[in-house]
Amino acid sequence: MTTQAVVNLRQRSGKCNADTITMAHGSGGKAMRDLIDDVFVRAFDNVELNKLEDQARFDLNTLTALGDRLAMTTDSYVVDPLFFPGGDIGKLAVTGTVNDLAVGGAKPLYLTCAMIIEEGMAVADLRTIAASMRQTADLAGVKIVTGDTKVVPRGAADKLFINTAGVGVIPAGINISADRARAGDVVVINGYIGDHGAAIVDARGDMALQNTIETDCQPLNSLITAMLAVCPDIHCMRDATRGGIATVLNEFAQSSHVGIRLKETAIPIRDEVRGMCEILGLDPLYLANEGKIVAVIPAHAADQVIELMRAHPDGRHSSIIAEVVEKPESRVILSTLFGGERIVDMLVGEQLPRIC
Amino acid sequence: MKYVDEFRDPEKAKMLIDAINTITEQLEVSQQRPLQLMEFCGGHTHTIFRYGIEQMLPKSIELVHGPGCPVCVLPMGRVDDCVALAERPNVIFTTFGDAMRVPGSKKSLLQAKAEGADIRMVYSPLDALDLARKHPDKEVIFFALGFETTMPSTALTVLQAEQECIKNFSLFCNHITTVPTIKAILDSPDMKIDGFLAPGHVSMVVGTRPFDFVAETYKKPIVVTGFEPLDILQSIWMLLQQLNENRHDVENQYARIVPENGNEPAMDALTKVFELREFFEWRGLGSIDHSGVKMREVFAAFDAEQKFSVPNLKIADPKSCQCGEVLKGVIRPWECKVFANQCNPETPMGALMVSTEGACAAYYNYGNLDELLQKKEAVNA
Repeated sequence: MTTQAVVNLRQRSGKCNADTITMAHGSGGKAMRDLIDDVFVRAFDNVELNKLEDQARFDLNTLTALGDRLAMTTDSYVVDPLFFPGGDIGKLAVTGTVNDLAVGGAKPLYLTCAMIIEEGMAVADLRTIAASMRQTADLAGVKIVTGDTKVVPRGAADKLFINTAGVGVIPAGINISADRARAGDVVVINGYIGDHGAAIVDARGDMALQNTIETDCQPLNSLITAMLAVCPDIHCMRDATRGGIATVLNEFAQSSHVGIRLKETAIPIRDEVRGMCEILGLDPLYLANEGKIVAVIPAHAADQVIELMRAHPDGRHSSIIAEVVEKPESRVILSTLFGGERIVDMLVGEQLPRIC
Repeated sequence: MKYVDEFRDPEKAKMLIDAINTITEQLEVSQQRPLQLMEFCGGHTHTIFRYGIEQMLPKSIELVHGPGCPVCVLPMGRVDDCVALAERPNVIFTTFGDAMRVPGSKKSLLQAKAEGADIRMVYSPLDALDLARKHPDKEVIFFALGFETTMPSTALTVLQAEQECIKNFSLFCNHITTVPTIKAILDSPDMKIDGFLAPGHVSMVVGTRPFDFVAETYKKPIVVTGFEPLDILQSIWMLLQQLNENRHDVENQYARIVPENGNEPAMDALTKVFELREFFEWRGLGSIDHSGVKMREVFAAFDAEQKFSVPNLKIADPKSCQCGEVLKGVIRPWECKVFANQCNPETPMGALMVSTEGACAAYYNYGNLDELLQKKEAVNA
């Protein structure tokens, strides 16, 4: 072995041989560096990250060529359990932040990744989660370019918390905002509601239900880019995560000072999710989603947008679920499938503890 | 979805609404004052609001939302007892989710949990028993709550625990009974109810006969009712038919589930484990004789109240709350002095704002709040 190779090896062994995370992995010493190199850098692997500087650096000219505004967002992921049908906390941490950028019309580009790990966590689980983050990032066309790792004593966190922040660029001419809904507009959704919330309840096992519901967790930037191509004038758009579609619609109604008339028969929902809600007494309108967008679009574009969404793999079950009206202002009214009407308000308190 | 959609058919709903309209027009009394029909059960209240049934009915029919939400009527002192039990060292306190938010005099179970008590949400007492099997070093206490609907499952869980000699499992028993409560409402001097929708799932256990006294002694029509929206509409139509024909009978709309004599094995289990209390305190209604059950002496080993000391203090309802008057149909929820201002779902003061099945919470969540508040102002002016 040459002298240089020995120096390199001593500087960066690059191999984490431990089975479980200990406080040493957060100490700033060699164990931490090995963990970062072997688990995170190896998984995320890109030019910006591999430089291992304290910050990622971007060329401004490249960014400005994509649009005229920078979009930035952050979200923390504390889901329990870490692994659930159809996904895990890593997939969620990339998807959630990518989608928060995309619903503003931005092209998502770069993500950060901060990990807060409880000592005792299995390194193998961390590897699986990091691989899942990379896979999801590739799917969404983004890179994880900088990060941070902390280890906290047992009990100070619940296994693993992840924070991701994201940066994207909004093309000129796109102006999506919660206050732009106008009477006459229609509201579209890209598929079944409540899958993520139902999958989490199921995966927790508290309710002793046996189900096959998978999370809908998926990056939506490809679908949104396609929608913007046929309808650049999307008025409002949000991803309906915690609080479900009821919360997003209330946000639109209140910000735009309009009423929204929701049709229960038009809302796509799986029988399994409906059944679970019936048994547990939950309202699917408030169940969390991780791959659903609710968009307000001008009525004249509705047919074209829905046709395009249904042709896209992430929007096969898209539907027009509501129309925007003048009155009652700032209210969401549901026409029930039974022929009655009721107000759908913001949720007070929570339906379920800690869902994402 | 099979066995669900059939009972939510909008076409059939329209037919029933037409029939209800026709018969209401024929009813003389409804020309003079609104007819008051009470649904006793919180499950019915929930269906009525969830499907917007009240707005579908003619204006001359008023639905009065009764005290059949066990979470709502739980007195503050009992919540304090729950918190005291949950905060004992080495205890896992298990409860139905709804009960977590009910305010005690100092805190709710949700707050106690945030402060460190080991409180877990379960969907069945058997889940609590399972926790006791898995944690033999801890005492697992189940917060037994509800009318005769949930009593059998609690009773059977205790019998199972006895059979398996599980010594670290106990109940904090707050089960309540339907009949004495309906009687208390009927005996109230300001009572104006014209007919009752009887609770379907209580009747599934106890049968329809315990309600005979409503028809025979108090001469009021009563219909045992299911929980789907068509069930409710059909039962309202059946009540109106009785009123139109000057009858007062016990009728069973929910015959697909409710046998006349109830469920014998369930009743056996219930009688084996529980006996009537002399009286029980209700939030909003005060003390009602024989309206609660406790565990029989032979099951003392499974009775948290006997196993551990609880403060057992009586805490008066806040004076400004008018839950009692709302429960009896004397005033509408939005007419209460504190509705939507001091008393709201985030910080409920009164019983009926606590659970989504409570009448006030239902009005707050599903009603047109702005319109209701305008009406309230008009009434107060």
